[in-house]
Amino acid sequence: MSSTARRRGHVDAIAGLSLATLALITLGTLLVPVLARRDPTAIGDVLALRLIPPGGRDAAGGFYLLGTDRFGRDLFVRMMLAGRISLAVGVVGSVVAAAIGTAAGAIAAWRGGVLERVVMAVADTMLAVPRLVLLLACAALWRPGLSSVVVVLVATGWMGVARMVRAQVLTVRALPFVDAAVALGARERRVLWRHALPNALAPAIVATALGVGNAILLESGLSFLGLGVQPPAPSWGNMIAGGRDLIVTAPWVALAPGIALVVTVLCCTLLGDWLRDRLAGEAGPALPDRA
Amino acid sequence: MPASQVIRRVGDAVVLFWLVVTLTFVLMHLAPGNPATLLVPPDASPADVARLRHAYGLDAPVLVQYARWISALLRGDLGESFATHVPVTAVLGAAAPISLGLGLASLLLTFVIGVPLGMCQGAHRNRAGDRLATVATTTVYAAPTFWLALALVAVFTYGAATLGFPAWLRLPAFGVHTPGASLAGWDAVRDVLRHSVLPVAILAAVGAAGIARYARSDVADVLRQDFVQTAWAKGAGPARVYARHVLASAAPGLVVLFALALPGVVAGSIFVESVFAWPGLGRAMLQAIGARDYPVVMAITTAYAGTVIVANLAADLVLPLLDPRQGRA
Repeated sequence: MSSTARRRGHVDAIAGLSLATLALITLGTLLVPVLARRDPTAIGDVLALRLIPPGGRDAAGGFYLLGTDRFGRDLFVRMMLAGRISLAVGVVGSVVAAAIGTAAGAIAAWRGGVLERVVMAVADTMLAVPRLVLLLACAALWRPGLSSVVVVLVATGWMGVARMVRAQVLTVRALPFVDAAVALGARERRVLWRHALPNALAPAIVATALGVGNAILLESGLSFLGLGVQPPAPSWGNMIAGGRDLIVTAPWVALAPGIALVVTVLCCTLLGDWLRDRLAGEAGPALPDRA
Repeated sequence: MPASQVIRRVGDAVVLFWLVVTLTFVLMHLAPGNPATLLVPPDASPADVARLRHAYGLDAPVLVQYARWISALLRGDLGESFATHVPVTAVLGAAAPISLGLGLASLLLTFVIGVPLGMCQGAHRNRAGDRLATVATTTVYAAPTFWLALALVAVFTYGAATLGFPAWLRLPAFGVHTPGASLAGWDAVRDVLRHSVLPVAILAAVGAAGIARYARSDVADVLRQDFVQTAWAKGAGPARVYARHVLASAAPGLVVLFALALPGVVAGSIFVESVFAWPGLGRAMLQAIGARDYPVVMAITTAYAGTVIVANLAADLVLPLLDPRQGRA
């Protein structure tokens, strides 16, 4: 085996491991809350159950893998329930943003003229404001909550992809196979969506993959600041916020959801890096506005 | 770069800034509800609300409000805070130096740590040290700033007391200086520095992790170039090859990175200011959001955007000096 082949195998193994970890986390978020003995959002006997350390048991012998929070709720189950929200927000937020960005960039490049100038001016304007600041400004205006977080993530996440796709479509439309499609009598719409765009998608796919981790981080950041997902619905961000003032007496309350967050984002980043190496070797990584 | 191009770049930046200002104005006016109702006590009569709307000019047509706001902005008047009735320029003036100090110190450290680290990794690609550093930088890069901040607070303040750290390692976790202490001269400087260690360290660590990821692939690309082979072949030592050939060709990319890294530092500093209770722009913005204090939110949003635009402009103008090929394009 050549050293490049061995390296590729090694890199593929990391990507596979990341994918497996993400699958495991997703499975956990779907199954654990269903199988849990008690409702992870309900508050029971607070005095008896609160702040049980990780691996501890309550008086009835119930086992708590990651302990309990200040209201006696099982942290592991809550963390998995929060994962549902955090993962869904991350995936939906970045995929929808990428889809809108792809459409905007492709249409701008194809149509040209005033439309292109307007779309790109809007994109450049929004890119000039740091994404978190834009998110915060929007959060100031609308009631915080799950749906507004997704809307705001989409509204502030499409511009980078739009710019990349536009540049790619402009490159691709000058290639001979586009001329060939036109010469064969394909309609303009068909040439754009079936011939030009599929060949311009690689950077958009990479950006989406890297964007999932980023969107999860931004959601957790907003929720940490109290401007995202609102308790009692758990998200990793608001769980960390909930453990903020317990960092001395019960550090596990803030640390556990953070570890879930780091592992998830790490896996998304590694997968995105792998995709980038595979799909768009020459394009460098986009430096996202991280939380 | 010829003067005409410099002027065009500056003109582009000014137009972009005007667009950002317009965007924030549009955003604030898209907000549901009437800001005047937020400003009056709950028992105020509709007449009071109307009077307040008139006093703040909120009853004028949107275009008139826009024109007023732009002309006030050009005169350097950002209006008055809804919540505290202090001029917004005073709010910015008090908060900006703190954020600027925090941001510049961590940006400097980001590059001082990140670039050499990335270069070493690029030079020894896929060795054990590179792998280890990659694991570290990718993990730090994946960690939320606010969570790292909380973890460090736990270790260096409360943990330090229980774990028996020496006194100089028990770092303060809140504020810019010790409240109530009347320190002068070097003692005051030392106090601020001790308070800065944790916030700056977190921002620098996160930034350096991102920069190192870039510098690594940049340097690895340059090392594969023919001219590097030539440099080795003609007998140049490692110091000369890395400083004169590798760093010189990687430098333009790093300048662009400097501009690109800025929004990340801004975002990070908002969380850091929130966790460590630093009264900077980020905390001022969060407080203004809580109070629905639109003028302050608008002003800070524009201030952040202005910083980013100026940084991008500076990178644009410096780039041709470092890479003569860029100027001719």
